[in-house]
Amino acid sequence: MNQFQYVRATQPQAAIEAVAQTTDAKFIAGGTNLLDLMKRGVMTPQKLVDINRLPLNKIERMDNGLRIGALALNSAVADDKLVRERQPLLALALNAGASGQLRNMATVGGNMLQRTRCAYFYDVTMPCNKRAPGTGCGALEGINRMHAIFGFSDKCIAVHPSDMSVALVALDATVLVRGPRGDRRLPFAELHRLPGDAPEKDTNLETNELITAVEIPDGPFTRHVHYQKVRERASYAFALVSVAAALDLEGTTIKGARLAMGGVAHKPWRLAAAEQALVGKPATEATFRQAAAVAMQGAKAFKHNAYKLKLGPNTIVQALRTAAAA
Amino acid sequence: MKTQDKQIGAALSRVDGHQKVTGAATYSAEYPLPGLAYAVLVGSTIAKGRLTGLDTRAAERAPGVLAVITHLNSPKVPGFDTAGKDPSQPATVGGPLKVFHDDKIRFNDQPIAVVVADTFERARYAARLVQAQYAPEKHQTNLEASAPQAFLPTQARKNPKSPMADYQRGTADAYQTGALKVEGEYVIPTEVHHPMELQAITAHWEAPDRLTLYDKTQGTLATRRDFAREWNLPEANVKVIATFVGGAFGNALHSWPHESAAIIAARVVNRPVKLVLTREQMFTMVGYRPYTWQKIGMSATADGKITAITHESLGQTSTYEEFTESTLAQTRMMYAAPNLTTRYRLAALDVGSPIWMRGPGEATGAFALESAMDEMAYLLNLDPLEFRLRNYTDQDPEKNRPWSTKFLKECYKLGADRIGWSKRQLKPGSLRDGEWLIGYGMGVGTFGAHRGGAHASAQLRPDGTVLLQCATTDIGPGTGTAMTQIAADALGLPPAKITFELGHSDYPQAGTQGGSSTVNSVGPAVQEACYALKDKLRTLAGASQPAFAAAKKEDVQLADGYLTLAGAPATRVPYKDLLKQAGDAAVVVEAKPGNEGQQYSMYSFSVHFAEVRVHELTGEVRVSKLVSCADAGTIINQKTAANQMKGGAVGGIGMALMEHAVIDDRYGRYVTKDFADYHVPVHADAPAVEVLFVNQPDYHVNALGTKGIGEIATIGVAPAIANAVFNATGKRVRELPITPDKLV
Repeated sequence: MNQFQYVRATQPQAAIEAVAQTTDAKFIAGGTNLLDLMKRGVMTPQKLVDINRLPLNKIERMDNGLRIGALALNSAVADDKLVRERQPLLALALNAGASGQLRNMATVGGNMLQRTRCAYFYDVTMPCNKRAPGTGCGALEGINRMHAIFGFSDKCIAVHPSDMSVALVALDATVLVRGPRGDRRLPFAELHRLPGDAPEKDTNLETNELITAVEIPDGPFTRHVHYQKVRERASYAFALVSVAAALDLEGTTIKGARLAMGGVAHKPWRLAAAEQALVGKPATEATFRQAAAVAMQGAKAFKHNAYKLKLGPNTIVQALRTAAAA
Repeated sequence: MKTQDKQIGAALSRVDGHQKVTGAATYSAEYPLPGLAYAVLVGSTIAKGRLTGLDTRAAERAPGVLAVITHLNSPKVPGFDTAGKDPSQPATVGGPLKVFHDDKIRFNDQPIAVVVADTFERARYAARLVQAQYAPEKHQTNLEASAPQAFLPTQARKNPKSPMADYQRGTADAYQTGALKVEGEYVIPTEVHHPMELQAITAHWEAPDRLTLYDKTQGTLATRRDFAREWNLPEANVKVIATFVGGAFGNALHSWPHESAAIIAARVVNRPVKLVLTREQMFTMVGYRPYTWQKIGMSATADGKITAITHESLGQTSTYEEFTESTLAQTRMMYAAPNLTTRYRLAALDVGSPIWMRGPGEATGAFALESAMDEMAYLLNLDPLEFRLRNYTDQDPEKNRPWSTKFLKECYKLGADRIGWSKRQLKPGSLRDGEWLIGYGMGVGTFGAHRGGAHASAQLRPDGTVLLQCATTDIGPGTGTAMTQIAADALGLPPAKITFELGHSDYPQAGTQGGSSTVNSVGPAVQEACYALKDKLRTLAGASQPAFAAAKKEDVQLADGYLTLAGAPATRVPYKDLLKQAGDAAVVVEAKPGNEGQQYSMYSFSVHFAEVRVHELTGEVRVSKLVSCADAGTIINQKTAANQMKGGAVGGIGMALMEHAVIDDRYGRYVTKDFADYHVPVHADAPAVEVLFVNQPDYHVNALGTKGIGEIATIGVAPAIANAVFNATGKRVRELPITPDKLV
């Protein structure tokens, strides 16, 4: 690990100022991803600003939704009564991620800012445009079992690893951000970006901006929800493919639907067209299959991840089945 | 005096359990020697070529750095020049990597420098500052691509009777002309041992010619021999201490470059040096189960008699060391096939050397053989258990001699009953529970009941307790506990009065802990040392009390504070009198196998039955039941033996469903470097494994009747699961692991 400065902030404004003072400074909360990256030399910040003492860990009821502080722990959110009642999909997605120990350290803000788990990104001796722009994409012609089938570029085919993000994008969440120029609100769907020509940028956050909270509007998705995560062991593994599904049912008719996928793109992948294909239809296997087919339009596989073209729609069907039956 | 209950067969809790769970147990990286320095290895970033430049200046200037050692400045290791040149040693086929010996790169992440500093963090920081330049050469890390260069192992070329040589009985490749035949190619990917404890060594030159190593090793004496040779020292000058080993599964059966590096570093800085590998380095430089391609052809009659089997295997080794294992052994002796052909080949890749991984080659081979058995049973429309029974052998068809003991049929019965084998349907995909398809499969395992010579010492202490010592190690099975039980019965003492010390090269000689042989070998030595001690005490007592001299040795009893005789409690001699007379009253005994191994074929056997659930849409596999039955001779400790079987079964789940170390052949470099990418089973992946023992002694192996457990716990588990997946889905996966992508 390289040497770095460490400071601890107690108020958001001070944290932002502390980060702004130094080039290549980073906020650190749970550190469950950043410390690994620093130990491997993938990230070499000059300064860490510890934000764990910022008063940003509340989970609050608002007039028309929930506000979850950026420093609320993953485990605290997953176990929270309000969250479980009003946004059970979020609790399911959180509990599908990582391990109990990690969820006890990791924060909501940190979770959404996880870096990709692409092996080429993690190995400083290999090419990776995300880690070292201009060096090429190791995965493109390499081992790409875990990689994207949507929204990739010839510069980067990595996927975003968070489960929580898949639920948040499905639930139309909004991210609250504070920066040197004040506060702003960002639709969750616009937080992460596609790699394009600049895969080194994971998100649309600006330099020195701090996520302070995420807001989730109330909705009808309190019962028929499911987070289906397919992975190579029963727990503690990143998704091959995951699906967040939420249905608003009137009898057996689908009044409203939310659908998003994980493990398939550089950002949590909202499936708006598939949602449209569900609305107004009966909640049947045929409807789910049709929506899954719509969802997969435009998907393209690489040498080792062609299975996702089949596993993707199957997982969508399974998530919808389970959500409908919930 | 009340006769105590027999300890052999009891479920005694681990004698060192309290130490382990409280952190009192000391592992190789936990010896805080005065002046301890810390070493961190720098690995190459190419797979093959030459080092053309090494810039260590920045690292040397970094705070706390004591030395940066490379091939340019490493002290001369005398053994590196003479390795393989000793005419008294058998012809070597390569040898371990000579670290910092030349500028040649033989595999990716090969150690090219070691940085030694006063703290671990400083050493790690400085290690990052070492800059290397290379002249790369074209490398090859792909086994299939190397198939044209496959070769017969040197030992087989030199000796046609070697188990690695081509084998044939009956007609060669006779399956090809069979009317009912199956043919399949099977692949086991590279798997890595990954014990919880990382490879670690603390090296200490106590004098210029005296070396002490606190080392993670499965053999204190093998490690002593290797490093005494490397430094041209008498073995008596090298001490190897491995009191506790936090799992190994085979990867501490060999001497590795990091051990040499730590010893060199300690020499250079003239301080004790500790070196612990990173998890990432555990992939590259301390062995693995080699990637192996196999092909089986099998023919049978319509009534289910195997007529011929051909089993070929191609495994990977490194360019500098020929590693072989017994991949084809089970095929030659398990079923009564009159025509049988095996061919074992190697391909040398630009990778670090492989090493035996639990169940080793036998587990690799059993995946192919036991899958093929299932394929043939399916072709014949026969129950796979019935098919195996029709090809059961009452004597060894390879060596044409009797088994010492074989209770495999009993295992079949026990296991089939326990899993509910009668529920299994011949037609795949017949059983389901909602979205989950259910299937049943079985796999058989066998491993030689190996026994070597071993020594043990026994000594009476003034308080009436007995101290036993042996150089053997305990990598987790509970060796100390089993030996305590054996000694307790031999001495007639409660376990609490016995201390068994192991893991030190100064203790009486014993072989390496590997190949399921420790209880077979060390057990008899302990037993005989205890008998010898009793007899010695009897003789000593006879000097003052003639009744002892005339007594039968089984009548001699060790009571509280004195020696006495059964039925004559008044006849007694206090221990302090005996010890005054005899000093420490210690005995050292050697126990060796006789020639039973030439008369009988001695094997442990196991059968594993699996029930799996496969999700119809996602292809996820869950092992919902796993029953392992073993014919392993006498079970010394029901608890630790069952524990060992369960661990082996969970290893088999990993092998079947998830373990897979992947190299990007363009760079010759692993892309799975940690536990996020290389999956081992978590608790949720393992059902409550049910273990059943036949528990029948095999007195041809030794007087205890043991046969060994470690390997058969794993051998046969992976095919049981693969066969169950076929039974559930109709999909035959011949390339492990069976991940969801292969089933959707």
